[in-house]
Amino acid sequence: MSVPGRVTPVLSHGFLAAWALLTTLPLLWAVLSSFKSDAEILTDPWGLPSRLRWENWARAWGEAHIGRYLLNSAVVVTAALTLTMVLGATAAYVLARYRFRGRQVVYYAFVGGMMFPVFLALVPLFFVVRDLGLLGTLPGLVLVYAAYSLPFTVFFLTAFFRTLPTSIAEAAMVDGCGHFRLFFRVMLPMARPGLVSVGIFTFLFQWNQYVLPIVLMQGDGAEQRWVLAQGLTALAVNEGYRGDYSGLFAGMTIAMLPVLIGYTAFHGRVQSGLAAGHLR
Amino acid sequence: MRGKRLFIAAFLLPPLLLYGLFVVSPYAQAFQISGTDWRGLTPEYEFVGLDNVRRLAGDGLFWNALGHNALLLLLLPVTTILLGLFLASMISVGGRRDRAGVHGVRGAAVYRIVYFFPQVLSVAIIGVLWSQIYAPHSGLVNGVLRAAGLEALARPWLGDPRFAFWCVALVLLWSNAGFYVVLFGAAMQAIPRDIYEAALLDGATRVTTLFRITVPLLWDTIQVAWVYLAVIAIDAFAVVQIITDGGPGFASDVVGLRLYKTAFTDAQFGYASTIGVAMFFLTLSVAVLFLRVTRRDRVEM
Repeated sequence: MSVPGRVTPVLSHGFLAAWALLTTLPLLWAVLSSFKSDAEILTDPWGLPSRLRWENWARAWGEAHIGRYLLNSAVVVTAALTLTMVLGATAAYVLARYRFRGRQVVYYAFVGGMMFPVFLALVPLFFVVRDLGLLGTLPGLVLVYAAYSLPFTVFFLTAFFRTLPTSIAEAAMVDGCGHFRLFFRVMLPMARPGLVSVGIFTFLFQWNQYVLPIVLMQGDGAEQRWVLAQGLTALAVNEGYRGDYSGLFAGMTIAMLPVLIGYTAFHGRVQSGLAAGHLR
Repeated sequence: MRGKRLFIAAFLLPPLLLYGLFVVSPYAQAFQISGTDWRGLTPEYEFVGLDNVRRLAGDGLFWNALGHNALLLLLLPVTTILLGLFLASMISVGGRRDRAGVHGVRGAAVYRIVYFFPQVLSVAIIGVLWSQIYAPHSGLVNGVLRAAGLEALARPWLGDPRFAFWCVALVLLWSNAGFYVVLFGAAMQAIPRDIYEAALLDGATRVTTLFRITVPLLWDTIQVAWVYLAVIAIDAFAVVQIITDGGPGFASDVVGLRLYKTAFTDAQFGYASTIGVAMFFLTLSVAVLFLRVTRRDRVEM
């Protein structure tokens, strides 16, 4: 322990770098493989691509429909996220700032939803969606995503609205501001930081859904409306048979990059948003 | 006052309607369906009472799957939390030590960004990626082994019943550990550095400070982490389904996959709901039991 300053950093850097390598190497390998030929992938999984074969990407985007799945995902998540934020914010606001009978019951009904495993609901949910004629449709998926995002959104935003000062709201009411105007003009803008945190958390929750789409996007022609997670796994099965490994890696890379780039650009916010979602 | 009532109704009814229709009613129906022999084709079904529960008790495939979940429950939270604590303490106090005290390592920000990558990727991407990594000929694992001259160790990882489950378990560890490094790292920021400095001056080792200082002060965070990882261990559906589909045979099967196949492959919706109810009570009792056992006095600073 005479020169601890020299020993410890080397050791900790060693461990830290090893885990960083373990995390990034598989991702990097997928990106590199997306530029290889199938022969290169099969004979030399470890080597570099001999040239950048963008045609793999084109094939994954077009023939393998990754482009369409990406678009479906974008449409579903945009709509579902909007719906979640509107319904979550309005419910949370009323639950946080108004006193009325049954308020506690409603609040715990929402928050209690966080405790149930989604598997319990899977079978009945399939039939609820089917009976509404929404099986295999994008609107059906949007409604279900939003419904299953509500417990956390309501929980988080109720707590957030409670922290906002009451004086401004009271002053606005004295000035004759109505309930609706007060919410949209005063409270909602004040709640922006909370909305951003819960929005990021919900975006990733919905974008990365797997169980819900594979159960609900069944039926005739549903593969036209598959989302990315579903399309990619189907691609993995199909390309395995056809032996188009490079197309699979290209599809994987296309699915991976938007999220990784978006995350790296806003990593601080994403991390605090997910951490906040975790410590609920 | 009418304005207020109208306002509350307008703001609360739409979310309640959506929530009731797609979340509350399915959960309630699940308990009801679990008592039937419903096969989904016809609206008729019969209540079979506890027959499904009896069938569950004697269902070897269910117990096989449950055994894998139990193994995950035992190992995944502990290993993930230990790895997370270890790496997080490396980041926040593993750096240079001099007269000015204990430092974080250089490049801590980069580590935090990189470690988080798997957390933002969907399970579908992680599953497909790792099924390729484990692939017998084109996979990265065997590729590395061959490149290192360890040809003898290369094998069809997912095709071997001895390894398939552990391969999947490693993927779960890989995809979750980074998040907890970041989470514990953030919590460690709140611990004053001079506590570590004092302990190290008194001759404590790094390991001692980890278990005697860091763990007690982070206890609340660790508890929450354990519960979350337990939920992941009881689920584990997506990763298993994508990477091995429970195979080879049933060597890596988990309860969620049993439920999914019973319902959507075999169309035995009544029995599948019984499995769902079992999962619910399992989750609930594990959470309650854990919080009971680990309750201890908070360490105040």
